[in-house]
Amino acid sequence: MDLTKDAAVARETLRTMWTIRRFEEAVDDLFARGLMHGTMHLSIGQEAVPAGACLALREGDYITSTHRGHGHCIARGAELDAMMAELLAKETGYCRGRGGSMHIADVATGNLGANGIVAGGVPIAAGAGLAVKLRRGEQVVVSFFGDGAVNEGAWHEGVNLAAIWDLPVVFVCENNHYGMSMSVGKAFKVQRLAERAAAYGIPGVTVDGNDPQAVHDAVSDAVHRARAGQGPTLVEAVTYRWKGHSKSDKNLYRTREEIESWREQDPIARFERAVAGTLSEVDIAACRDEARERVREAIRTANAAPDASADSLTDAVYARSDR
Amino acid sequence: MTAVLDATSTRTLTYAEAVREALGQAMEDDERVFLLGEDVGTYGGAFGVTGDLVHRFGEERVRDTPISELGIVGAAVGAALAGMRPIVEIQFSDFTAQAMDQIVNQAAKIHFMLGGAATVPMVLRAPGGSGTGAAAQHSQSLEAWFAHVPGLKVVMPATPADAKGLLLAAIDDPNPVIVLEHKLLYKQSGPVPEVPERVRLGETAVRRTGGDLTIVATGVMVSRALEAAETLAAQGIQASVLDPRTLRPLDDRTIVDSVTATGRALLVQEAPKTGGFMGEIAARIVESSAFGHLRAPVARLCGLDVPIPYAPQLERAAVPQVEDIVREASELVKRW
Ligand SMILES: Cc1ncc(C[n+]2csc(CCOP(=O)(O)OP(=O)(O)O)c2C)c(N)n1
Ligand SMILES: [Mg+2]
Repeated sequence: MDLTKDAAVARETLRTMWTIRRFEEAVDDLFARGLMHGTMHLSIGQEAVPAGACLALREGDYITSTHRGHGHCIARGAELDAMMAELLAKETGYCRGRGGSMHIADVATGNLGANGIVAGGVPIAAGAGLAVKLRRGEQVVVSFFGDGAVNEGAWHEGVNLAAIWDLPVVFVCENNHYGMSMSVGKAFKVQRLAERAAAYGIPGVTVDGNDPQAVHDAVSDAVHRARAGQGPTLVEAVTYRWKGHSKSDKNLYRTREEIESWREQDPIARFERAVAGTLSEVDIAACRDEARERVREAIRTANAAPDASADSLTDAVYARSDR
Repeated sequence: MTAVLDATSTRTLTYAEAVREALGQAMEDDERVFLLGEDVGTYGGAFGVTGDLVHRFGEERVRDTPISELGIVGAAVGAALAGMRPIVEIQFSDFTAQAMDQIVNQAAKIHFMLGGAATVPMVLRAPGGSGTGAAAQHSQSLEAWFAHVPGLKVVMPATPADAKGLLLAAIDDPNPVIVLEHKLLYKQSGPVPEVPERVRLGETAVRRTGGDLTIVATGVMVSRALEAAETLAAQGIQASVLDPRTLRPLDDRTIVDSVTATGRALLVQEAPKTGGFMGEIAARIVESSAFGHLRAPVARLCGLDVPIPYAPQLERAAVPQVEDIVREASELVKRW
């Protein structure tokens, strides 16, 4: 699907990216003003990956997400109110205030969870793929993870299981050049992380992760193969994280110039240029404004909601049997 | 070139600085000592503990690793077997779960399985505990997991001085030692000796003496128990506060002696109650001669049996606070 030629699709793609950007800018601001607790991993600069990838999915498909998961959640269609409420520790949050940023998930949209554990979602994605296969289903699972995850044992075991059982999983690596402070250059001997696919006998491709079209094309192909029973694919999307890893990052391991040069490749500005022939200035501005307004509204709604309640904590640990 | 230090001099350091000083002194003293872990180099450690050590000792000895906990700990086990003295940092103690095979099946047992022919002199440092809003996968108190494994030593420093002294003793030790630091303590300050003075593993510290009850606490609960003891004193209740400092080896003698004198024991831990280490301490008390001196059932005040939640008010409710310790202690004394 061409994301730039059809006005409705172009608008949706742009709106998704702006919503992620505005949501995270708002969260960054709330945190800086002491109105938000915990820690935070922002994906500003990486919006093209979830936006492009999730457009290749349909209802019923699954995703697994990461500690840097706001974008995946939004691109999959989550409610901003419930996301913001979670971050603001409200009872109306997706996890009733129990999970916070690292565990936000809208299960209704097939999101099997953000994850505080690097590579934690990878074998889980294989398992979800196995469930689909056992049920003779048509769904696929997209597993998002960072470059850092690719050196965890869990990653290798999960990818291999998906490979040997031809599971309908698409492994999407958000290569933002760093796992916290460790650069991909230091953490890997391979040039491209997609090369790792060869070790498991599956296809691997590297794409421009700041171009939603490139991400979308690669993920669509992979989704197609997965639905056809041809097994998993590894898609490496090369992008960059503008903000620090988390709130404790002093950015000692990279230069200002490097950050600046990637800011110049802003995926949103690039996409706006790419759709200039399809959407008018007014259309584009409307996407931007709508995103800002939706985020503002989410903050207002969340602020008005009751705080998460400690009353039922111990009841919340085990699921109740329905037998 | 070791600087000449005044053996009696102490100054105020934070807990994190005390750990860093111990690491630096150990590396100065012994070429075999080196550090490895995620972001311990230029980043200075996820909690800033290793700080500038990479600039002092270089990237070879302050070694950044990929995100590969099992590999990191395994590499430490191998380096230790081959004559080095590795010190691993795991960013959050929760991620020792990734490395459990190397910790439990390898490091802990190799000396024994090989009939004493080999040793694994390594240290694994990791911060545990809640209170930072990092939620369920970044806030656990897992000391009981490690204490359950023969072959491991388990250390929980509660003060800056102990953070340094116990770590130095752990580095000297010919066995694998798990040092569980606490993230809420990193910024706490206290007097720390300048010299690399060891604090022996296996000596319970008596932090305060009082005749009405014995409070045994670990980690961040030690300072909460001391604060509670002040409030209790104002109410006319005198508490002894004991800090075991090392769970393995455990100096239960000092605990038993204190409970023999006071007749009441309140055991406080952050970890969930079920299967927690305070159950072990309770058993040691009731198995001992202190049993006959008990005036009250041994009481435990622990974290709820829940994963640590994110919301600040929920997180607070999940683990003992100062006021909870005051309440439990005064009930124990008044009721019995
Ligand atoms: C098993 C595990 N090890 C370490 C961490 C600490 N940590 C959280 S995110 C992160 C970096 C992850 O890098 P990457 O996978 O590239 O994702 P990015 O943060 O760049 O999106 C680290 C080291 C963790 N959460 N889980
Ligand atoms: Mg990364």
